[in-house]
Amino acid sequence: MLGIHWKPVLMGALVVLSAAFLGTTLVSGADTPSPDQAPGRTMAQQATKSKALWITTDHTKIEKLQKTFSSGDEVTAACLSCHSEAAGQFHETIHWSWMASAADAPKRYGKAGDSINNFCISTNNGTDKGCFSCHPGWEGQSGAINCLVCHGQTEINWGESFEDYQAFAESDDPEELEIAAELQSSIQTAVQSVGRPTRQNCGSCHFYGGGGDGVKHGDLDSSITKPSKSLDVHMGTDGQNFTCTRCHTTVLHNVAGRIYTQPAALERKSLIEDDLTSKITCESCHSATPHKKGSKANDHTDKVACQTCHIPTMARALPTKMSWDWSKAGKLKDGKKYKEKGELGTVDYMTIKGQMRWEKNVKPEYAWWNGSIKSTTVKDVVDPTQVVAVSAPRGDAGDGMSRIYPFKVHRGRQPYDKVHKTLLAPLLSGKEGFWNHLDWDRALRKGQAALDVPYSGEFDFVDTTYVFPTTHMVAPKENVVSCGECHTGEGSRLAAISGLYMPGRDGAGVVDAFGWIMVLGALLGVCLHGLGRIFTNGNGKKET
Amino acid sequence: MASKLKNIYLYTRYERFWHWLQMALILILLITGFEVHDQITLLGYETAVAVHNFVGLTWLIAFAFFVFWVFTTGEWKQYVPTTKKMFEVIRYYSYGIFRGESHPVPKRKEAKHNPLQRLTYLSLAALLLPMQMITGFLYWGYNSWAAWGLSDLSLQLIAIVHMAGAFAILTFLIVHVYMTTTGHSLFAHIKAMITGWEAVDEQEPVEEWEKARERQAPVT
Repeated sequence: MLGIHWKPVLMGALVVLSAAFLGTTLVSGADTPSPDQAPGRTMAQQATKSKALWITTDHTKIEKLQKTFSSGDEVTAACLSCHSEAAGQFHETIHWSWMASAADAPKRYGKAGDSINNFCISTNNGTDKGCFSCHPGWEGQSGAINCLVCHGQTEINWGESFEDYQAFAESDDPEELEIAAELQSSIQTAVQSVGRPTRQNCGSCHFYGGGGDGVKHGDLDSSITKPSKSLDVHMGTDGQNFTCTRCHTTVLHNVAGRIYTQPAALERKSLIEDDLTSKITCESCHSATPHKKGSKANDHTDKVACQTCHIPTMARALPTKMSWDWSKAGKLKDGKKYKEKGELGTVDYMTIKGQMRWEKNVKPEYAWWNGSIKSTTVKDVVDPTQVVAVSAPRGDAGDGMSRIYPFKVHRGRQPYDKVHKTLLAPLLSGKEGFWNHLDWDRALRKGQAALDVPYSGEFDFVDTTYVFPTTHMVAPKENVVSCGECHTGEGSRLAAISGLYMPGRDGAGVVDAFGWIMVLGALLGVCLHGLGRIFTNGNGKKET
Repeated sequence: MASKLKNIYLYTRYERFWHWLQMALILILLITGFEVHDQITLLGYETAVAVHNFVGLTWLIAFAFFVFWVFTTGEWKQYVPTTKKMFEVIRYYSYGIFRGESHPVPKRKEAKHNPLQRLTYLSLAALLLPMQMITGFLYWGYNSWAAWGLSDLSLQLIAIVHMAGAFAILTFLIVHVYMTTTGHSLFAHIKAMITGWEAVDEQEPVEEWEKARERQAPVT
């Protein structure tokens, strides 16, 4: 009777097959065959299909640009003689005003306002002229717009070029006049090479924020000028080769993006829902469920931002500054100011700036984020007994709109007023600035006065944090953060995220402990019972 | 005490198939489940989740076949709990077995389970496994809770109950596997579950109350 029964084997196979079939159907939930690639990719590819942008004007043929230019203002006038509305539009934007939304009143958020950070701290109401190297005007906020900061396709030092040209052009020496003609020729070439902003244009300021390459942003530095696809899937020159404005959709010179307290996008919409929507979010092109049908990743998009998984690390090509201790500034070597380089080839100590730490391949820190940032101004009272969040993400697990998002957190140590309990804004550059005389009290007095805020004369240093949402340097899909990097009890990337139960990260408390006691108890019990049977030679098999 | 053994056909084909399919599914679910709960590391989290989900859903379907079988064949009567002879069985496993005594409730076709087994298997099939299935299905369908009108449910609660169930099943498994060695030879019970034929003591006929197969002809 112990021969092979074929019937049960067949029946078993049938059940397993049907179960497997039904299981598959349930898991995928799909009645359509799954496509070869994720639908979100297909969508985005379709949205960017016509890559060749076309232009109807060749600026080298424009007569008005053939004239002699002896100053920046003349260049601007030439631009505006055709683009009559450009200046009016641009003056309204944050790129010109350096002020955030008027909706934030009476707070004056913005570089040109009361906002502070933990890098160079403040522009002191525009008193610190060093800051204006990044302002898109010929000289500060008072002069005309330099359209070519964003639209110029030839690199040129405008200041030097005009200065030299003016000097040589007035000479009687034919040799010097020849030099002047050459300078004018290169100025004209630069004026005539006009185009839509490239990564180089935007990067000339945004890659160097905070006073150097990669200082502020971990996901924006000069490596993005010509990135590989592995550094950034969108901007990679061997891939899509996106310019910044491909996503930072621009309307009337208003470039889409986050502005201090204002989120980059108020709604999560895709181009399918609204074909004229801004392309500033991932979802605009990729939709809210971009992964293959049935993929667990699609179930995550309500709570986890795309960036959280798709940007495993930032500063992958060049280091980014992670901390800046102003309290260490002012040390002299042989009575002189000095600099010290660190392992990564970065300046780790500067007499005028203090101690700095740089890192490469930085894992972001994560937080619930609703898209807006809580910002601190020179007028806000802070608690110096704790680490002061100069800026921090807003949002929490329960507000229905926040998602878990990656941030670069820059840690600083900067001056504060011991009496007024406010962060202080020293004047840094120029003759009266700290970088010149290394006298904190003097620099603070000047800086605070420029902002028209009080300074008691008593200062100390306080630890601070400043956050940058990480959104560039999106890695190829092969390099995404794996499930287990977050869903684990030890060393989870999301260890600090509260307000939700995360399988794998969160234990079951006493149930786990009690469970294992029960399991081990059972094991011990059966072992003892078994030993008992061996020693008593029992087991009911007394043979006769 | 000496007794004569006789072979009886105890477990039908489907029953054996279900038993071993169940074993395979439970083992896979336990291993992957403990990995998802970060108690062990084996397949990697993503694979563990995928396998656990697939096998879990497969289990739901397989269990439906079992329910169909247990009711259509009348085998459900084997699971009706009783306290009769319960004490004897407990006494046997905690004392008699060491003395070489015979089992007080030997297996019969009409009564496969002793009172302790009846209670255990009923608890499993009617309480523990359904609890695992319900919590498991809810866990799997977490993203649809709002659509199902279950927004107020706590994932943590579901996870903890599911986890408690897993520990209970693992504990059962340990004792159950050990108990297979308590037959008249170490592997007798396992062999029976493979072939269907079990060697049992000839003596002690099954008592009336134990019988599962009995069918009363309707009185006309």
